[in-house]
Amino acid sequence: MSPFSLFTTEYPYLFYIVLAMVGFYAMIAKNNLIKKIIGMNIFQTAVFLFYIAMGKVEGGTAPILWAGATRYDNPLPHVLILTAIVVSVSTTAVAFALIVRIYRAFGTIEEDRILERKRKKGELP
Amino acid sequence: MRLVEDFPVLVVVVPLVTAVLIPLLRLLRRDLGYWAALAASAASFVLSLFLLRGVLAHGRISYWLGGWQPPWGIEYVVDYLNGFVLVVVSFIAVLVAFYCKKSIEAEIPSGRLGVFYSAFMLLVAGLLGIVITGDIFNLYVFIEISSLASYTLIASGRRNEALTASYNYLILGTIGATFILLGVGHLYMVTGTLNMADLSHRLPELYGSTVVLTAFAFFSVGLSLKLALFPLHVWMPDAYATAPSPVSAILAATSTKVGAYALLRVMFSVFSPRFDAEVVPFMSILVVLGSVAVLAGSVLAIAQRDIKRMLAYSSVGQIGYIVLGAAMANRTAMTGSLLHILNHALMKGALFLVVGVVVYRTGILRIADLRGLGRKMPLTMGAFTVAALSMIGVPLTVGFVSKWYLALGALEAGMWYVVAVILLSSVLTAVYFWRIVESIYFGEPVAEESWAPAGPEGAASASGREAPWSMLLPTLVMAGLCVVFGIATSVPVEVAHRAADMLLSRGL
Repeated sequence: MSPFSLFTTEYPYLFYIVLAMVGFYAMIAKNNLIKKIIGMNIFQTAVFLFYIAMGKVEGGTAPILWAGATRYDNPLPHVLILTAIVVSVSTTAVAFALIVRIYRAFGTIEEDRILERKRKKGELP
Repeated sequence: MRLVEDFPVLVVVVPLVTAVLIPLLRLLRRDLGYWAALAASAASFVLSLFLLRGVLAHGRISYWLGGWQPPWGIEYVVDYLNGFVLVVVSFIAVLVAFYCKKSIEAEIPSGRLGVFYSAFMLLVAGLLGIVITGDIFNLYVFIEISSLASYTLIASGRRNEALTASYNYLILGTIGATFILLGVGHLYMVTGTLNMADLSHRLPELYGSTVVLTAFAFFSVGLSLKLALFPLHVWMPDAYATAPSPVSAILAATSTKVGAYALLRVMFSVFSPRFDAEVVPFMSILVVLGSVAVLAGSVLAIAQRDIKRMLAYSSVGQIGYIVLGAAMANRTAMTGSLLHILNHALMKGALFLVVGVVVYRTGILRIADLRGLGRKMPLTMGAFTVAALSMIGVPLTVGFVSKWYLALGALEAGMWYVVAVILLSSVLTAVYFWRIVESIYFGEPVAEESWAPAGPEGAASASGREAPWSMLLPTLVMAGLCVVFGIATSVPVEVAHRAADMLLSRGL
């Protein structure tokens, strides 16, 4: 493996790492609840990319019977990630439902203001 | 008989289908949702009892979904370890489902009851699925099913903080689950299989690979988040403190236990103790983390003023025991750890159910307000006392049994300082439980006018201050079992011994 192969052939993994870090950062550091969810989606999408890259076979085509196709990509990771996408969609839906109710209860979706409001009501020490 | 062969899949399918049916059933009659939930959990309990009996008689049961042979198809496996955990989880589910009727009607608006029971069944299906599956990707899917159900259940609490607690759990829970998904991906990359048994055959020759090491790292962090191991426990106290009482009870009694089960499964069945010896000394790390969790959980519990939050921090400590026992990796300590899965489920379940009764009758959540309740609710407070004694580890209760095995195991492993940790934390536990027990019986009661009962009947009847029997019975059963299994230890110990042998000998 040449030192440049990371950029020529392994680039999907590089991209996945960068994307995952971006999403992870947003989940942890952002103050806005919606932005956290955006970060969560970026993080999960990075994992999807990782799985899809894993199933790719050099010179392979989609695993469907084509005329003249000799090599096929591994369909299993693609199928697995389909399940994970469904999970991710459901998590996002639950998160949005929670955010709507948080907005109704506290009148804001900024984390620091929610904390402030809780403190004012004396619910936090 | 065909149906008997299908028992492993029915354990999961029955609650899963019930979750879908409940909203429809409620169109027919309003309380059908409750009865369906109760019947489905009872069915799962009976099925898992049969499965455990089958395992003890004939050994490992393997079920092929759709008739596909294991390395390719999904396999459900029942062995000593998960047969045991299946029975624990489904038994707690039955008791809590039974308890739900009055308690949950008082704590959440009646319009949401259908959704509540649906989510409850989804949680049970998810937890049982995590335990029974032999496929590592399936494990991830079930973890997400049970997590999604817990987010909704926690958010169904009346207090507004329940929403933020649930949101924080969602963010951290998703990070944990996605890490597990990444771990699965890395393992699939190097082995090309998702079946746990197959993985355990193929992994040893790949132990040198950094990909396997990465997978292990992702698994350990992701699962530790899920089971709330000490530094990663931050989502738990808020979630338990704000959820409706029956939800806190089932989450505390089963959810984190199943997380601990998943950790054991991955550490000992997928990876083997050999991985620990050759690649990363993970067990030593876990012994340290477990000890810190045991002490930190107890110290933090002492500082709490809210009873539910105190119980949640105490759970952080008790999870430390389970991890500690597993990490010492000898037969006796492992037996202690597995017993603690059952024992802690009983003790913490009983304690949370008692809190539910108190909330139903009086609305009290502050520890200081509990004083004097012993005279008004003798049975409930009796259950609390028994469970509290068990948490401390007084002989003749289950808490003593698991601590005894853990301490013996620590001596066997030559780790005398773990014994010191166990003793010290027992003293700390005594500090925060005994002050409550004392004030319950000897304190001057608070004025009843200040009560804000959650239940519709509330403090109305002056004569019968105990909760309705549908709430009292499960509470007393759980507290009673704390004593029964503390005296008749042979049955759970026998199963735990076999499970421990299986986990440790499988150095495949």
